[in-house]
Amino acid sequence: MDPKQQDDPTAGSLEEQIEAWRSHLRRSRAIRGSDAEELEDHLREQIATLGERGLSEDEAFLVAVKRIGAIDALTREFAREHSDRLWKQLVLAGDGVGAGGAEAPSAYGSRRMWVALTLAVAAGVAMKIPGLFGIPFDPDASLFYPVNIAFFTLPFIAAYFAWERPLPASSRAWVAGAFVLAAVVVNAFPFSLAPVAEPHTLILTVLHLPITLWLAVGVAYVGGRWRGSERRMDFIRFTGELFIYYVLIALGGGVLIGLTFVLFEAIAIDVEPLVQNWVLPCGVAGATVVATWLVEAKQSVIENMAPVLARIFIPLFALVLLAFVVTMAATGRGIDVERQILIAIDLLLVVVFGLLLYSISARDPLAPPGLFDWLQLTLVGTALLVDVLALWAIGSRISDFGFTPNRLSALGMNVVLLVNLAGSAFLYARFLRGGVAFSRLWSWQMTYVYVIAGWAAFVAFLFPVLFGFR
Amino acid sequence: MSINKDLVAASSTPLVLAILAEGDSYGYAILQRVRELSGGALEWTDGMLYPVLHRLERSGLVESRWEKADTGRRRKYYRVTEAGREQLADERRQWRAVDDTLRKVWSALSEAVGSDVVSVPFSQWS
Repeated sequence: MDPKQQDDPTAGSLEEQIEAWRSHLRRSRAIRGSDAEELEDHLREQIATLGERGLSEDEAFLVAVKRIGAIDALTREFAREHSDRLWKQLVLAGDGVGAGGAEAPSAYGSRRMWVALTLAVAAGVAMKIPGLFGIPFDPDASLFYPVNIAFFTLPFIAAYFAWERPLPASSRAWVAGAFVLAAVVVNAFPFSLAPVAEPHTLILTVLHLPITLWLAVGVAYVGGRWRGSERRMDFIRFTGELFIYYVLIALGGGVLIGLTFVLFEAIAIDVEPLVQNWVLPCGVAGATVVATWLVEAKQSVIENMAPVLARIFIPLFALVLLAFVVTMAATGRGIDVERQILIAIDLLLVVVFGLLLYSISARDPLAPPGLFDWLQLTLVGTALLVDVLALWAIGSRISDFGFTPNRLSALGMNVVLLVNLAGSAFLYARFLRGGVAFSRLWSWQMTYVYVIAGWAAFVAFLFPVLFGFR
Repeated sequence: MSINKDLVAASSTPLVLAILAEGDSYGYAILQRVRELSGGALEWTDGMLYPVLHRLERSGLVESRWEKADTGRRRKYYRVTEAGREQLADERRQWRAVDDTLRKVWSALSEAVGSDVVSVPFSQWS
């Protein structure tokens, strides 16, 4: 803008108007910076022409904007032509923060990629170090890897965040300390790593340790600012996406390995030792970091998948559970108590808990109650009912089975989830009646993270001691 | 007279290619030229030209470059490529065939039915 125009008060407002119009345009992912520039050039020329015909700047602006077309129609037209832009977006340099599509790979974005890849390779290498000391990867030969798997993956995810975010030194020490302490304690446990015995408490530790340590990753994720449920909720969202990406990468890896076998079999070369000892372990470890980076890179680009899946499955699960309860009532059949029933019910609660968590993670807390909220409450309510019925059936028989560590941990997990879902149902019902704000549900879930992690730590670290490492 | 949207869309490719075949140009000037040629009958929403240009560019019929305009701003100029000229020639043949056919049927119609049909304004035919 030349200085002469700046003296004119309306000139500033024209610039502001154009600026507002352009930022409106840029909201669509289909319109890139250079497109907006092209359109802006058009708009300015139109305004200039109209100005020459005697229109005031305001009038000229209005007419020009009208002629160039409504922004909605324009972005729709651009989206039709550049439909790829609505999809692709995961550029390898994926700078998730950049407004709109990344046109040129940003230096920061590609640095993040390289750090992530380096850490992934480091995780893969770390996975092979125990192998140098003759420890086999095969869990049928030694249980060293299952016990320590968390230490070959989670610290690298945490390290990525520690590099990527401004993590205070105290938090770094805290996170690193948690990992070191856990590694020392678990490896000092006198478990029998030989796979002959049935190592109940060892398996419990293997299952619960990652849940506990995930909290340390969370501290790194939130950059040490653990207080405030907003950041913790982000971490929950991240967890869901990471899980989905990891599963997808694992599926791809499975296809890759399968094809590798087939191809090399065709030329009569046995690649199984190579795949078993190198590709699989290094892939399992490295993929966690790659998935982490992917989730971060795609964060603002792709809709979160976990809430989408939750939305799809909440009505279906609600329907199945309702049908189950109704059938039980109609036929008068009781739950047949078998050994695995507790595990099955736990799994059901975990799924319902996950559906609820990821559904509320995506819900606008200010939106008024809707039909979907009722569906969700129905789901949680019926899950609770089924759980109570199952527990009641088990309760009368539990003394017959005896309290093994497995059963106790399953029962404990059941109670932990039961309390969570009961609390959620209570708050949800109050929210639906207009009693409390929706955010109460958030804070309930976010506070409950401690309970879950605490119980997991209890099982991972104290059960082996209590049950004599059997 | 307003021209049917489908017709506008269908004619946009040959029109833009032909205007660019006259010489390199940019969006605003192309639209001015369209207005001039059609006498205002072909009303495009200005912004819709750009997706068309981008489509042509993607299919390799035109190519673009940024230049500094005399206003000091950057301006995106388009130039028709060799493939674009071929496409234009092809479009021209097709449009001519359509045009010839229509002309023949119009004149056959006016001869057969007489003057009362011909007096109906053209706009009501489209």
